[in-house]
Amino acid sequence: MAGDPAAVNVPAPPTETTHGVLRSALVRWDTALLVVLAAVVVVAGVLVEGFASGRNFQFLLLDVVAIALIALPLTLIVITGEIDLSVASTLGLCSAVMGQLWVAGLPLELVVVLVVGLGAVLGAVNAVFVTKFALPSLAVTIGTLAAYRGLAFVVLGDQAVADFPFRWTDAASSTVADGAVPWAAVVTIVLAVVFGVVLHATPFGRSLYAMGNNAEAATFAGIRVARAKFWLFVASGAVSGLAGVYWTLRFASARADNAAGLELAVVAAVLLGGVSIFGGRGTLLGVLLGVLLLGAVRNALQLADVAADTLNIVTGGLLIASVVVPNVVAMSRTRLRRRPRHPA
Amino acid sequence: MSQLKRTLRLGLITATVLAVSACGGTTRGSEENTNPAGNQATGQADPDAPLTEGLDVAFLPKQVNNPYFTVADGGGKSAVEEFKGNYKEVGPSEAGASSQVSYINTLSQQQTDVIVTSANDPNAICGALNSARQAGAKVVTFDSDTKPECRDVFVNQVTGEGIAENQVELIAEQIGGEGEIAILSATPNATNQNAWIELMREQLKKPEYSKIEIVAVAYGNDEDQKSFQETQGLLRSYPDLKGIVSPTTVGVAAAARYLSGSEYKGKVALTGLGTPNQMREFVKDGTVEAFALWNPADLGYLAAYAGAALASGQITGAQGEKLEAGKLGEYTIGEDGVIVLGPPAVFDQANIDQFDF
Repeated sequence: MAGDPAAVNVPAPPTETTHGVLRSALVRWDTALLVVLAAVVVVAGVLVEGFASGRNFQFLLLDVVAIALIALPLTLIVITGEIDLSVASTLGLCSAVMGQLWVAGLPLELVVVLVVGLGAVLGAVNAVFVTKFALPSLAVTIGTLAAYRGLAFVVLGDQAVADFPFRWTDAASSTVADGAVPWAAVVTIVLAVVFGVVLHATPFGRSLYAMGNNAEAATFAGIRVARAKFWLFVASGAVSGLAGVYWTLRFASARADNAAGLELAVVAAVLLGGVSIFGGRGTLLGVLLGVLLLGAVRNALQLADVAADTLNIVTGGLLIASVVVPNVVAMSRTRLRRRPRHPA
Repeated sequence: MSQLKRTLRLGLITATVLAVSACGGTTRGSEENTNPAGNQATGQADPDAPLTEGLDVAFLPKQVNNPYFTVADGGGKSAVEEFKGNYKEVGPSEAGASSQVSYINTLSQQQTDVIVTSANDPNAICGALNSARQAGAKVVTFDSDTKPECRDVFVNQVTGEGIAENQVELIAEQIGGEGEIAILSATPNATNQNAWIELMREQLKKPEYSKIEIVAVAYGNDEDQKSFQETQGLLRSYPDLKGIVSPTTVGVAAAARYLSGSEYKGKVALTGLGTPNQMREFVKDGTVEAFALWNPADLGYLAAYAGAALASGQITGAQGEKLEAGKLGEYTIGEDGVIVLGPPAVFDQANIDQFDF
């Protein structure tokens, strides 16, 4: 179980288990994403003027940081078979509260801590409904999606708080050594490593796959399913709060409608990254590649003057393809392998 | 038991972090919040410089596929064609505060000469606009401004004085210069509306308007239903009412709908600020004689010329500079780099079919 059997199993011996098939398919999905991403970058670099430059790379990274951040805990949540659709509303509410606390005269350092804490509390509310009352997370977080956004408007109305100190707002888009890599991206990568290690190299991470495949079996195996899910929702809320801080500072504007609709971009990236919406499958690397691929495609098409509506169609198409392709591949593979033994 | 301990420990850590960060932190007012490198109009203007040909001019509206901006950008397009530039329109499909930022970055990356934009949020796009300007683009805002330090000039559709003067003139004409009038406004605390109403009262002090009296100000809250009911209420409470002025698009349309189905149609005059598409049927059925609004096409047209003048070095955005804007004539830049389009356009039976917004 430990180590990385997937790497060994790539040639797929005929005695392989279903689990093994899936794992090797996964590795291939990551590889496929990497190849597609590289192709997009190369093609856009050649065909689209202005794409291949450090400055554009910086813009691209700044645009995907918030999505990447929120996608980290969401990946773990989706692997357990749950979902959190309230992430963008959590971001918006945290942004609105951040504005009000700043207006109230609190020091910004404290405001940031409080806002991330608020995110965790909002996540805990989701967690309580999902784990203590055993409600479906889809329903719960659609509810809080609306409720948190509504609360954000109660907190800040249609006003914007914009007088954050320049030193802070500038930091949100400043780069390492004035190069092309924003500090925000570095923070995201550090967090990604943390989430990646937790998911792929700890018993806790492996237990998430187990509960995604079969929650009941996981429970019987002694995994504390409810407790694990509880903390994942809390983490999702806290990271969304952090993304709210980033969003507010990057756009120098605390507003109740900040990042409205972003949950769709995040879910799209997670699914495109190869995480199964039914749980039990997916890697963090795949999700990061998914985020970058969506970001790169949007960036390149925008530079090529493709209209916003067409852009949305392309993003939607990519998402559908990401769900359809691996399923078709897995199905046909399973069928090919099983047909001789179990006809029909 | 261990759960309790852990919770306590977590609480302690949090409290420590809070306490540490609370002392000596950055609070509101303790630090300058404007970009120290914020650029102002620099360089020397050459009023005789010809408009450069082949300028890349990009219009970035609040959102694409919005009828108002389609008309405004269309005006920009005809201006750009006149000075032989390359026009394009880009923009987000929804008007979120930050949705314009990636488009500004893209335009900056494409080395666009002029960016003409209407800001969804006065602050959210500031950083992106300034970095585009540092990369050589000239930035014109129109319709909705950003903070002044983030753009070169702002083309304002109208001033409060312009609206007040126009609205009083229209209603005076329609009621024959005397009688009681009422105002149907938006919300009681709408800053714009209150300023305009105050300016209308000032206008009415002029001798030619001495026989006109404002008897009531009603508030329809910019809601269709409420504006409809308030109109009804005004007509009941003031049987001698000669006219209603509603300087809000929602209010004037609702009032027109009420009037057109009532006994007051054609007897009580109605004017205000409305869009031709909302008001067309009421102008055609005789409920409304004339109403006003700025012409968005002219707004876009002027903004495009302002951008070209900036990029050609004719103007720098400083107060007092003059620019020639094609068919609209000469404009002078006011305080804070603001150019005012001029008095609102009046729409009536004769010209309403030429407008679609």
